[in-house]
Amino acid sequence: MTQSNRLDGGQINRDAALKFTFDGKTFQGHDGDTLASALMANGVRLMGRSFKYHRPRGPLTAGSEEPNALVELRSGNRQEPNTRATTAELYDGLTARSQNKLGSLNFDLLAINDRLSNFLTAGFYYKTFMWPAAFWEKLYEPIIRHAAGLGSLSKQDDPDLYDKGFLHCDLLIIGAGPAGLAAALTAGRSGAQVILADEDFRMGGRLNSETFAIGDQSGGDWAAATVAELATMPNVRIMLRTTVIGSFDHGIFPAVERVSDHVAVPAAGKPRQILWRIYAKKSLLCAGATERPIGFENNDRPGIMLASAMRSYANRWAVTPDKRVAIFTNNDDGHRTAADMHAKGVKIAAVVDTRADAPTSGDYEVLAGAQVTNTKGRLGLTFADVQLADGSTRTLEVGALGMSGGWNPNVHMTCHQRGRPTWQPDIAAFGPGETLPDGMSIAGSATGAFSTAAALSTGTKAAASALRDLGFKAKATRQPQTEDTPTNVTPFWYVEGCSRAWLDQQNDVTVKDVKLAHQEGFRSVEHLKRYTTLGMATDQGKTSNMGGLAIMAELAGKSIPEVGTTIFRPPYTPTSMGVLAGRSIGKHFHPTRLTPTHAWAVEQNAVFVEVGNWMRAQWFPRTGETTWRETVDREVLATRNSVGVCDVTTLGKVDVQGADAAIFLNKIYCNGFGKLAVGRVRYGLMLREDGIAMDDGTAARLAEDHFVVTTTTANALPVYRHMEFVRQCLFPDMDVQLISTTEAWAQYAVAGPNSRKLLEKIVDQDMSNEAFPFMACANITVCGGLRARLFRISFSGEMAYEIAVPSIYGDALIRKIMEAGAEFDVTPYGTEALGVMRIEKGHAAGNELNGTTSAQNLGMGRMVSKIKDSIGSKLSEREGLNRENDLRQVGIKPVNPADPVPAGGHLMNATGPVDAAHDQGYATSAAFSPNLGHMIALGFLKDGGNRMGERMRLVSPLTGVDTEVEITSAHFIDPEGERLRA
Amino acid sequence: MHNLTPTMALGGVTDTIGTITITENSGMSLASVAARMGGEKKSALVLKKMLGEVPGPGRCQQHGLGAGFWMGPDQWMIGAPMGTHELLADQLKDLLGDAASVTEQTGAWVVFDMTGAAMRDAVELLCAVPIRTMIAGDTQRTVIHHLGCFVIRRNTDDHVRIIGPRASAGSLHHALVAAAHSVA
Repeated sequence: MTQSNRLDGGQINRDAALKFTFDGKTFQGHDGDTLASALMANGVRLMGRSFKYHRPRGPLTAGSEEPNALVELRSGNRQEPNTRATTAELYDGLTARSQNKLGSLNFDLLAINDRLSNFLTAGFYYKTFMWPAAFWEKLYEPIIRHAAGLGSLSKQDDPDLYDKGFLHCDLLIIGAGPAGLAAALTAGRSGAQVILADEDFRMGGRLNSETFAIGDQSGGDWAAATVAELATMPNVRIMLRTTVIGSFDHGIFPAVERVSDHVAVPAAGKPRQILWRIYAKKSLLCAGATERPIGFENNDRPGIMLASAMRSYANRWAVTPDKRVAIFTNNDDGHRTAADMHAKGVKIAAVVDTRADAPTSGDYEVLAGAQVTNTKGRLGLTFADVQLADGSTRTLEVGALGMSGGWNPNVHMTCHQRGRPTWQPDIAAFGPGETLPDGMSIAGSATGAFSTAAALSTGTKAAASALRDLGFKAKATRQPQTEDTPTNVTPFWYVEGCSRAWLDQQNDVTVKDVKLAHQEGFRSVEHLKRYTTLGMATDQGKTSNMGGLAIMAELAGKSIPEVGTTIFRPPYTPTSMGVLAGRSIGKHFHPTRLTPTHAWAVEQNAVFVEVGNWMRAQWFPRTGETTWRETVDREVLATRNSVGVCDVTTLGKVDVQGADAAIFLNKIYCNGFGKLAVGRVRYGLMLREDGIAMDDGTAARLAEDHFVVTTTTANALPVYRHMEFVRQCLFPDMDVQLISTTEAWAQYAVAGPNSRKLLEKIVDQDMSNEAFPFMACANITVCGGLRARLFRISFSGEMAYEIAVPSIYGDALIRKIMEAGAEFDVTPYGTEALGVMRIEKGHAAGNELNGTTSAQNLGMGRMVSKIKDSIGSKLSEREGLNRENDLRQVGIKPVNPADPVPAGGHLMNATGPVDAAHDQGYATSAAFSPNLGHMIALGFLKDGGNRMGERMRLVSPLTGVDTEVEITSAHFIDPEGERLRA
Repeated sequence: MHNLTPTMALGGVTDTIGTITITENSGMSLASVAARMGGEKKSALVLKKMLGEVPGPGRCQQHGLGAGFWMGPDQWMIGAPMGTHELLADQLKDLLGDAASVTEQTGAWVVFDMTGAAMRDAVELLCAVPIRTMIAGDTQRTVIHHLGCFVIRRNTDDHVRIIGPRASAGSLHHALVAAAHSVA
């Protein structure tokens, strides 16, 4: 197909012909075209089907406010639904498909909905399809869901990259129309750091769509020259294809830069889009204005568009939707479109002006005081019915109709922090309110000053004013002569008596729907919006809100400002999920933390488990082992029988120093630390303010003024944060300094009866029980002089040590331990064996310290010191935490050794009902004990301390388990602690 | 003398992407210094003697082969070549005595040097520091790929030092390389 609707002129590069396809058909356009302008050049007006009624639709606009011309852009895994053809930049090889149809675009079977419109009015799903009730879920809803929605997803992973970035500036200028460019010139020349962002791929805004001059240049040339000057300023960052999508607190603006959307495939390693976070000391909103449509019967046919859009297509892209067009307007701006189209050689059938005193023209007919009342045309406009001022009617044969109902300032960004627009009667529109985001000012059409001269002057002044506040000397520049036409608009929202006149073309909301909402009592603006879905689509009602408000006002007998308006929220335009995710996808969703033994563990074929961000070795399978249990059982038995080694670097470590370090720990822990001797370690329990257990660990006193506190892996950060809070806010007068050293030290548990013998080969000090007893600690050296720390503590219940060296030596040390331990068959064990051994020993961990348990519950009630004050100690004495039959930690074993005892199962009395009302407690941690030959569990049981030996039922209705169990001590192994002290 | 060999987080990796070079800096000893109550003056005197100036908020002070940057009120991170100062924390403690708490940090961090003409473009994709207006010695604590890091603008315009958590060196390195590819 030739470009039959291509006109002369325009800002396209005719030397660069670009091939593209739409619904499989090949067309040609030019560099500088959008998909919409290129289709229009080829005579295509029909580009999509509407959301609900599947009515044929073409572009209503020429910009990002487009509700109709939505397509599926690209194909395969790059397919992107609901892309606006009016902003999609044409490139060679572009493929697009129309969407929301069953069959072809010309013969959409779901167009039957349009015939059923009486059943599909606003809120129809609240009122219809109610009978028979069972049909809703099984029949109606699936059908409606299948029919609903617009484009489709490829259901494949997006192959492209998306970045996030951060920019800083003195002044952010949002929009590069005449106001934005004038502001940028002023700001740039002042030396301030300036960012000028515009969503278009060509800066200049409406200047590229108009024919008037600025000084002795065309508007477009002036814009290009201005951008060229700005490009020479190192302090100005020009951001094309960049939409500022929101205005957040403290001068922070998110902006999406479409880096590679205008090419078929991004260059290797390059992002498709970048989500910038712009930190701006000041911002200047130069977002322009959006023209309003007019409501009349069947005003949504392809070919009917905003008059300003028609002018843009003609002047910027050199295309016309048809050779013969008409204009329907209530203001002078509509006449500008007629004049420009006429100058381009397009036949003007008539200008239909609602005003009796409409301007006249010698070039074409102006029908003053007239209205377009209806249109015809199955897949596009063919005829428009006009009611003339004298009441007679006339039918115009046209293929396109430009509507101009006046202009709305684009105030969206002023509303993102709850600012409310205010009514401006002179332009019959809402303008920016008085409450603006901090540091924001507004210039140009966004203020309601619509002339080009006003845009230039307000842009310059606003920039100068903002920069003066920042201490810059902004020089006022002389403004070139340009168009300064006053706004002349007579409000006219819709044609009297119309019914199926579209207000919101994207959500298929008509005048009739608004009237129905009013009739049914949905009269608040917010209710209207939600009941009819007016303005709720991806275009956020940029072209529809005002029409709805006007009709509501009329029905309520109020003025529009009395009815009020809804406000806008970010994002300003639809934003891809990909750019919101950035690089945080797949395995890079979050960073990983590797322990110092990771490389060595990989060599040992370790199976890893994610613990927070840490990757920990879960177990170390050996050849011939067929199940994880087999491996874990071996690791446990080897440790208990000889010696095992486990990387415990992930446990939190906090260095606590200062003259008041011991007093500080006395506050942090519920048990006493003031008298802990240097060279000794003590188990400590931290309580929350409310008396519930927060975390447990150890504190090792390396010097009078120096402790190392350990935390559980999961609570390393929360505990450190808590300690900093206590230090800075609760006890700022204490001399104590904290710093995390979790990653600074590689720390390994060496456990088992041969652990001492093994370490004696490495450690440069006396390891005898006398010299280094249970719960001793020391700064030592290893391997002939490397600084290290040694702690005789045990999580497994065995004679055990934890040895720490600076992380840079972690890899070397584990290899040394394995070498030294070979004669004892030293066995590396992972978190699973660690878990088995601590359950065997009855040590609480995260499952027991679960945010609901107290020291009493954990059997540590007596640890809460009464002779000192510590965080949580007072509230731990609450009556509710100290009842006689409170939960107590117990051990649970099956009566029949073959039976399972699942964690999560609930304890019930041996006889009696099994229900929540008779719940006696629950199992928290469970494991198979290779030492005992059956499963064991830890749990909490009401009055558990007095129920040792009782037989109960452990039930798990979810998993179908009902096991007879016996309540025992939680210390399954070595209850007297002889191994620890061996 | 012990016989253990230190291991770098990523083995001393160097990547050149376009104009950008990213190098894992192998030879840094690090120690944190926090002045104790009443020890602020002495701490400042010791640091001034060592660094020429006590680094204030947002600043790094380089002096000879050593350097120090501000981490918080009366808190600094001190760095020196590993070859001569492996026991930096002990050396600092000897100088500071009870005036300050000193903690060895060498194994806690990975240090990357990013240099090249497009360095600033890459940093803009990594973190919220105002890299274009930072001058030599400017230091910011920030977040890169969810990781708490220090970013130090070094003496030459195209050089930034990024100090991040060692355990996440791989993730941090991935982020740096990805940003470099984006702007290469």
